[in-house]
Amino acid sequence: MNVRFYVWQRLTAALMVPLMLVHLAIIFYATQKGLSAADILARTRGSIAWAVFYGAFVAAAAVHAPIGLRTVLAEWTPLRARARDLAAVAFGILLLVLGLRAVAAVALP
Amino acid sequence: MIARRLAHRASPLWLAALVHRLSGLALAAFLPLHFLTLGLAIEGEAQLEGFLRWSDRPIVKLSETVLVFLLVIHILGGLRLLVLENFAWLDGQQRLALLAAAVSAVVAFGFLASVF
Repeated sequence: MNVRFYVWQRLTAALMVPLMLVHLAIIFYATQKGLSAADILARTRGSIAWAVFYGAFVAAAAVHAPIGLRTVLAEWTPLRARARDLAAVAFGILLLVLGLRAVAAVALP
Repeated sequence: MIARRLAHRASPLWLAALVHRLSGLALAAFLPLHFLTLGLAIEGEAQLEGFLRWSDRPIVKLSETVLVFLLVIHILGGLRLLVLENFAWLDGQQRLALLAAAVSAVVAFGFLASVF
């Protein structure tokens, strides 16, 4: 892994630690009452705070996960460097697009 | 010769690195599905509600419990690495890795208890 990827992976990891803890707390809170779409959307729809929170989460995950995937592909598969990098970038774009779509789905009024 | 080359695999810290990698891969595989599920709300609340009711099945709850375990062990394993790389060396890395696994198991059981 080169230094740039290493730094980005660690930075996004550090950013996601507090986000993950909040997310875990919400998972426990929401599932205890029994998950319902009405409850989820009542909490998130029209909320700029939740949109920013989950938007940042998605952006960080879309950087963090592909870097890890790239390392695993490099060490565990015979893929050539170009194919490995393309796969990692494609996965990052997939996460970003699907993630932002999900944020829009639950946060837009 | 081979035994000597594989000797490091008996180390709990090698196992911790493997668990961190495998949990990361599992979470990466889960994320697109998670996003697609939430994206159902674009089509309306009823679509998301329909999926949530489908996910009330025990097998789905058990799968979610495994995911919570993987999420917590990946966070704690990552935190251990961040601390290891950025702060003064802490002795007892093996104990910290074991603690991460234990806390993950407790949180996962807590989740299991809260959903059943």
